[in-house]
Amino acid sequence: MAVARKRGRFWTVMAILAIALIILFFASFLIGRYPIAPAAVWDIICSHFINIPVYWDATMEQVVLQVRLPRILLGILVGGALSISGASYQTLFKNPMASPDLLGVSAGAGFGASLVMLDGGTWWQIQSSAFLFGIIAVLAAWLISRVFGGQNITVLVLAGIVVSSFFQSLLSIVKTLADTDDALPSITFWLMGSLGRANADDVLVMLPATVISLALLFFFRYQIDTLAAGEAEAASMGVNVPLVKVVVIVSSTLLTVSAVSICGIIGWIGMVVPHIARLLVGASYTKLAAASFLVGGLFLLIIDNVIRAIGVGTLPLGVLTSLIGTPVFVVLLSKARKAWL
Amino acid sequence: MLEINNLQYWYKPRRPVLKEISFSVKRGQIACLLGPNGTGKTTLLRCLLGLQAPRGGSVFLDGKNMSHLSAKKRARLMAYVPQSSGLAFPYEVREIVLMGRVAYLSPGGAHKDTDRQAVFDAMEKLEIEHLAKRSFQELSGGERQMVLVARALAQQSDLLIMDEPTANLDYSNQVKILKTIKHLSAQGYGILMTSHYPDHAFLACDNAVLMRDGRVMIQGTPEEAVTSESLTKLYETPVEVSEALTSYEKVKVCIPLLGCP
Repeated sequence: MAVARKRGRFWTVMAILAIALIILFFASFLIGRYPIAPAAVWDIICSHFINIPVYWDATMEQVVLQVRLPRILLGILVGGALSISGASYQTLFKNPMASPDLLGVSAGAGFGASLVMLDGGTWWQIQSSAFLFGIIAVLAAWLISRVFGGQNITVLVLAGIVVSSFFQSLLSIVKTLADTDDALPSITFWLMGSLGRANADDVLVMLPATVISLALLFFFRYQIDTLAAGEAEAASMGVNVPLVKVVVIVSSTLLTVSAVSICGIIGWIGMVVPHIARLLVGASYTKLAAASFLVGGLFLLIIDNVIRAIGVGTLPLGVLTSLIGTPVFVVLLSKARKAWL
Repeated sequence: MLEINNLQYWYKPRRPVLKEISFSVKRGQIACLLGPNGTGKTTLLRCLLGLQAPRGGSVFLDGKNMSHLSAKKRARLMAYVPQSSGLAFPYEVREIVLMGRVAYLSPGGAHKDTDRQAVFDAMEKLEIEHLAKRSFQELSGGERQMVLVARALAQQSDLLIMDEPTANLDYSNQVKILKTIKHLSAQGYGILMTSHYPDHAFLACDNAVLMRDGRVMIQGTPEEAVTSESLTKLYETPVEVSEALTSYEKVKVCIPLLGCP
């Protein structure tokens, strides 16, 4: 098995991933219906930092800066956020099948978004309602486990499943009430996930949420690591387990709910990417989280580029991540099976 | 260094699990906690580890009342070796041993060279340096147990709490872990271990604590405490303690009387 063994391997892997991400970042500007030469993309971006004579038209600049730049940035941020959130949950719950929506955040957000879409709803209303209900769902799961399960983590997982089902039922009710010509299709497409409506404002929402969550997770990175050995062992090593648990859940929820409220539900990436990262750099949380972020960003950016290359509106992002994520997971299963059991 | 006074615990007030448990473990001493399943040994360990707050009585660590210690301070005074670890992912051995240093981190800080040195020293003490970069999941049961001991040693506390260190191990690994435990106590570590093998009390321990129904039935040196009568009463099954003559020493052994009606 290709688990990292050599000292320094982590930094090699990170450097390769970072370089790949930077190359892909710039290459992504070239994809889309409106053809723009690589030199022009470079000049348009650089013109904001140094003085370059303008030879491109306004549309070109708008496409690069208002359409493609936010979409590319969001692809990286959302992919990274979902993956790091999945990696954190897998470590906390000691479960390779844990995903960011384990505690019901996606189901809650889906319900919240669809509720607003019943009457049309502006982009901002949809986002904030998704955000709100995503958090309500996780809070509900947390409260249920507090009241009925004490500190037990299995009860928390069960509560997450219950809350997910509950909000999915509510979502189904909303769907039956929705206008079949207008609201229902937009709900359905929202649920399948897309970066198509992403704009510069979304980056401004996503960026602080990501930075705050990553800072929290980074601060407690070694404490989170010990939780992979179980709560009793972590406590015996001097870790404040209840606090670290809350930190992980709050950060992961914040990451996921911001991602989901911007892009809709994007499946599988948060579960599959940590496994890819684990094969590259090993299971230790600090390395795992860092690699997960880069791999997740790459993964989502590649898939969104495929969508943009095929043509806007043809394939929903969340569907494609599942379509590609599931076979990748099967391949990983054959490679890493021994390590999970 | 570990003093347990009148410790009491219950999950439901009408059904006490621990009733006035008192004993102590001294520096350089190995205490062996014996008792049938369901007698409260695990609950006692959970109380000692701070996972459950005692309902009554007190636990003193190096003269400090444990209920006044933070988890971090406690971890520097007392380390725990679980029976087996539920690590779900392919951690490397050195990463697991490094976890034992978490109590020495400054908030948000990274590990320092002293931490890496402590990890190396712990592994060297147990002669498992060669396992450092191996994946924990690929190790044998005996090797895994050694890694968990190393993680406890990396905590640099003088007291080790071991939950059935010889369970699930084959014969040679049981011997190996007992030798390790004796070796550690000779270096000054105080050790409290639970066991289902009363023989181990004679082989390795200075003190035996026999627990039944949430009470300490009898305690003392293995010679005093582990007798035919006490074991028969403890396990409610006829046991005879006999003396065996090996080629260079006399050892007491416990023999269950299977033929006895």
